[in-house]
Amino acid sequence: MLKIEYAYWLLAAFLAAAAWLNLRERRLAAAAFWAVLALLFGGGTAVLAADAAGNPLPARVAGVGVLLLAVLAPRMRRVQVEEVSPEMRLSSAMRLGHRLFLPALLIPGVTLLVAVLGGYLVADGHRLFAADQMALTGLALASLLAVLAALRLTHAPAPAAVREGRRLLDTLGWAALLPLVLAALGGVFTQSGVGQDIAHGVGLLIPVDNRLACVLAYGLGMVVFTVIMGNAFAAFPVITAGIGLPLLIELHGANPAIVGALGMLCGYCGTLLTPMAANFNIVPVALLELDSPYAVIRAQWPTALLLLVFNLVLMSALAFR
Amino acid sequence: MNYWPLLGVAVVIAGFVRRDNPVLVVVAAGVVSGLAAGFSVPELLGLLGTSFVSNRALLLYALTLPAIGVLERAGLREHAARWIASLRGLTLARLLASYLLLRQVLSMLGLTNVAGQPQTVRPLLAPMSEATVELRGPPLGDADRQRVRAMAAATDNIGLFFGEDVFLALGAVLLIQGFYATHGIVLAPLAIALWALPTAIAAFVIHTLRVLLFERALNRRRAAAAGAESAHAED
Repeated sequence: MLKIEYAYWLLAAFLAAAAWLNLRERRLAAAAFWAVLALLFGGGTAVLAADAAGNPLPARVAGVGVLLLAVLAPRMRRVQVEEVSPEMRLSSAMRLGHRLFLPALLIPGVTLLVAVLGGYLVADGHRLFAADQMALTGLALASLLAVLAALRLTHAPAPAAVREGRRLLDTLGWAALLPLVLAALGGVFTQSGVGQDIAHGVGLLIPVDNRLACVLAYGLGMVVFTVIMGNAFAAFPVITAGIGLPLLIELHGANPAIVGALGMLCGYCGTLLTPMAANFNIVPVALLELDSPYAVIRAQWPTALLLLVFNLVLMSALAFR
Repeated sequence: MNYWPLLGVAVVIAGFVRRDNPVLVVVAAGVVSGLAAGFSVPELLGLLGTSFVSNRALLLYALTLPAIGVLERAGLREHAARWIASLRGLTLARLLASYLLLRQVLSMLGLTNVAGQPQTVRPLLAPMSEATVELRGPPLGDADRQRVRAMAAATDNIGLFFGEDVFLALGAVLLIQGFYATHGIVLAPLAIALWALPTAIAAFVIHTLRVLLFERALNRRRAAAAGAESAHAED
């Protein structure tokens, strides 16, 4: 059965290879960074299993690993890793033509197939794909098939896959890791009660008898908390428990489905505005080699603000009928 | 009520203002909030470790990098740009609006991992966007090229967010439903997803208009620059 763990192990192997290539080039900080990350990915399942079984030690070691990554990240320098010359790329592009799209389209295509049909594939009474995170397992399988197809098509030697993958990974650098540490921060914030503090403070500040003030406090609370956490999913339970449920739904009798759906969408507007939502706003800056870390946010803030107004108007118009 | 954990939020804000390394800032904020909430150091390390490894799925996109890298080495970006340049009727706004619609519809069906910044924006959408502009004029200047790329990235994000929330079986809708269920309010997923639909439509309309305006301003700026240059050449 194909499980998501295999994808993590495959990724751990790729990260270890990137560490090795950096070590050979004496880029020690980058080598150490990818090596620690490879260990965390390879051992992650075991860490969680031990923690669930009541042994906290592996999780604490993993925590030390996270601290190490934080210390190593500022020491990584973004360097231009050698690339094939533009002339060679152009002549290869003219030779291969549209066939170049095929491996690239295998990634969405296979992911789609596994996501839609994976649940029905059964061999010897066992499911071929584990139900847990099936689409992501599909993404991993798709990446593997795509790299094989790409190597076959371009007649590149197999080590080129690792070398070129590592070139892109080093282009991303520490930005690759930001989504993960932010999610970890979300976990710590939740456990520390940061959200309840904020919700409580807002309740003290606004005139709760005023319906519109409550809508604004809830919608903007979702935005602000999403901007801080980088994730609307993390903000939703906190702000809805703190403001939405007691003030809008219980006090003013608002429709919970409308409050929930539009509240979440206010949070999404916040996601478009914040560098904390790194996988959406900072990772592409590195991927597209943009100078300003805020280039993507600058391109999307007007859409975000207009949609936020739309959501707030819709909520105050529809939720209380 | 213990308000000290809010210090972590202050660390985040101060760190971003000072432009410290974001990974360092975020981990430091977690440590500060955790200690302020009264966790012991070993407890805090365990919490950091488990939170980190439970979110490993967020780095899985890196598995696409070797395939993308090999194809880039063989000229994928160059070919994507040349192909778009051969489609005479395609403008930047039409390309980005079509992509936005496709991304929203796929996300509504739950297919959020099908496209994305590493999978589709860097190898395909960004070079194609640049090509549609260069089709109608000289090569892009560095500042404009970066703006076009950033707009391509923004279009992908907006298509993902304002499609995903309409999907019934995953993510946002289930989170909302689950939250209400634990507070004694029972809702059908469809009742929640339905209310996300107007915003999905508004997102398409608003962003398409913005892309149109963006393209028009870009073309005007480039025409003015070209005019100034030819006037200069006549001197």
